[in-house]
Amino acid sequence: MGLTRDEVAKVSLLARLRFSDEELDTLTTQMGQVVEYIRQLEEVDTESVQPMAHVADIHNVLVDDVPRPSLDREDALANAPKRDDECYRVPAVLGD
Amino acid sequence: MSVLEFTATELLAELTVGNVSATELTRVYLAQIEQNDEAIGAFLNVDAERALTQAKAIDQRRQAGEQLGLLAGLPVAVKDVLCTKGWTTTCGSRMLEQFVPPYDATVINKLKAADAVLIGKTNMDEFAMGGSTENSAFKKTHNPWGLDRTPGGSSGGAAACVAASMAPLSVGTDTGGSIRQPAAFCGVTGMKPTYGRVSRYGLVAFASSFDQAGPLAMAAEDVALLLEAIAGHDPVDSTSANVPTPSYTASVREPIKGLRLGVAREHFGDGLDGGVDSAVREAIKVFESQGAIVREVSLPHSKYAIATYYIIAPCEASSNLARYDGVHYGYRTDEKEMLAELAEERKTLEEAGDRAKLEAMDTSLVRMYRKTRSEAFGPEVKRRVMLGSYALSAGYYDAYYLKALKVRRLIREDYDAAFKDVDLIIGPTTATPAFKLGEMNEDPLSMYLQDLYTVSANLAGIAAISLPCGITGEGLPVGLQLQAAPFEEEKLLRAAHMFQQATDWHTKRPR
Repeated sequence: MGLTRDEVAKVSLLARLRFSDEELDTLTTQMGQVVEYIRQLEEVDTESVQPMAHVADIHNVLVDDVPRPSLDREDALANAPKRDDECYRVPAVLGD
Repeated sequence: MSVLEFTATELLAELTVGNVSATELTRVYLAQIEQNDEAIGAFLNVDAERALTQAKAIDQRRQAGEQLGLLAGLPVAVKDVLCTKGWTTTCGSRMLEQFVPPYDATVINKLKAADAVLIGKTNMDEFAMGGSTENSAFKKTHNPWGLDRTPGGSSGGAAACVAASMAPLSVGTDTGGSIRQPAAFCGVTGMKPTYGRVSRYGLVAFASSFDQAGPLAMAAEDVALLLEAIAGHDPVDSTSANVPTPSYTASVREPIKGLRLGVAREHFGDGLDGGVDSAVREAIKVFESQGAIVREVSLPHSKYAIATYYIIAPCEASSNLARYDGVHYGYRTDEKEMLAELAEERKTLEEAGDRAKLEAMDTSLVRMYRKTRSEAFGPEVKRRVMLGSYALSAGYYDAYYLKALKVRRLIREDYDAAFKDVDLIIGPTTATPAFKLGEMNEDPLSMYLQDLYTVSANLAGIAAISLPCGITGEGLPVGLQLQAAPFEEEKLLRAAHMFQQATDWHTKRPR
């Protein structure tokens, strides 16, 4: 079963991307080739293998709960494409 | 002899005895950039004034008899993926074209503390995704050994600036081979340290379980110097390893007696260029003449490395790049235009009475995200975000992501077994020398296959170095890869230095 154009269109919403019809066609072909290639993993026996999400065997690194300086609000907001005083501005979310 | 032929280690000695000042040296490299970078395109951003101000301050402190840091006055180029406070950091993307970080990456802090002169930010594939630097939104970088060739990628600018003597030291990042492959293509020495050796704080994330910053330079000694300056545990990066940093500069000149080298059959398969093959076999003989013992090792799962990597890395990328939402920083689409477009669509659907499509229409917020991201990301970034979103989506997670994580463990176990018998694994860094610009534009999969010999080290989190070991008939450099068990960077550097004592490939410069 190959990757379908509909699936690619659905994923584009999940990925918060948007494509023209032509782009969707190209992407379906290109992603299909990659998916076809990665299917070779099916032949590997991984029955008793634990997944390895991370190479460093580090869990729950804790730091002492001591207040220290953090990013200044002005600095944090300085790169905002749109702001309103102390807030980031977004298009209307409610009543849409 | 021009100072441009000196290694960073030699330059440091000249600086220390006062034969040259940091200001003079910085001027030499700035002039070199001025003269050559129009043709090469290694830098995205050079700030001469900033560099000279730093250099002057270092010279003054030296004159005042102050103790200086490890890099005391050496110019260093930095890949444009490391955050520099008050200095644009673009990641080669339109998305971050105007982004001015409010803080320095830990690597940058360490470079500053070591009294390096930050000479410029280097070009890269957008968000470090690519193997030719052609995915940069801003410009192409040309290989100094042949201007119609790619410098490799994603740290193409980082490697090209060292090859063209525009910086003696350079920091790149390696997620699937992005330091080693360009180092090989440009005839320089470049190391991917063990995952966790160098802090990732302020390194703009692509695939967080692979990303690692590391040095590029002319010689192993220089790589040792720069690694010593940037390595170390970082309390603000919880994935950085809490292990002591050895003095690489102190040990790099000690040869390894009875060095045990592993040769993996899997590194000499179909598709390996004849010139690369013979240069690597010659290099192995050089080590043998120095007393190294060569053994065959097996990495049976390495043939699955690319498939494994191109599931996991896009999954991590799709998650990491979700932060580019047009709200907090970076590019944002024109809102008026976006709202007008939505109103137009709604009207058309209402007139057609298409209730299903009307209900499925994007809200203005969602459309803002989608338009912002689609306008500002390039095709390769979109492809990987799409692949990752697909592989992580309902119904596919187990078949792709979870499966790949299991194969990843098998790849690591292959290495663990091999390193019981040998100190280092030796082989080619890439299957071919630098390919031509534009050669792989239409075929993402064949670009991915370029990473065949390099991605395994990232999947397993081990350390690896690429060093020049020959020049092909076409006049292009060949890279030799050495791989070592986690945190064995000293072995890599000592072996690379041994090789560079016996050969002069690393001293060859283009033209």
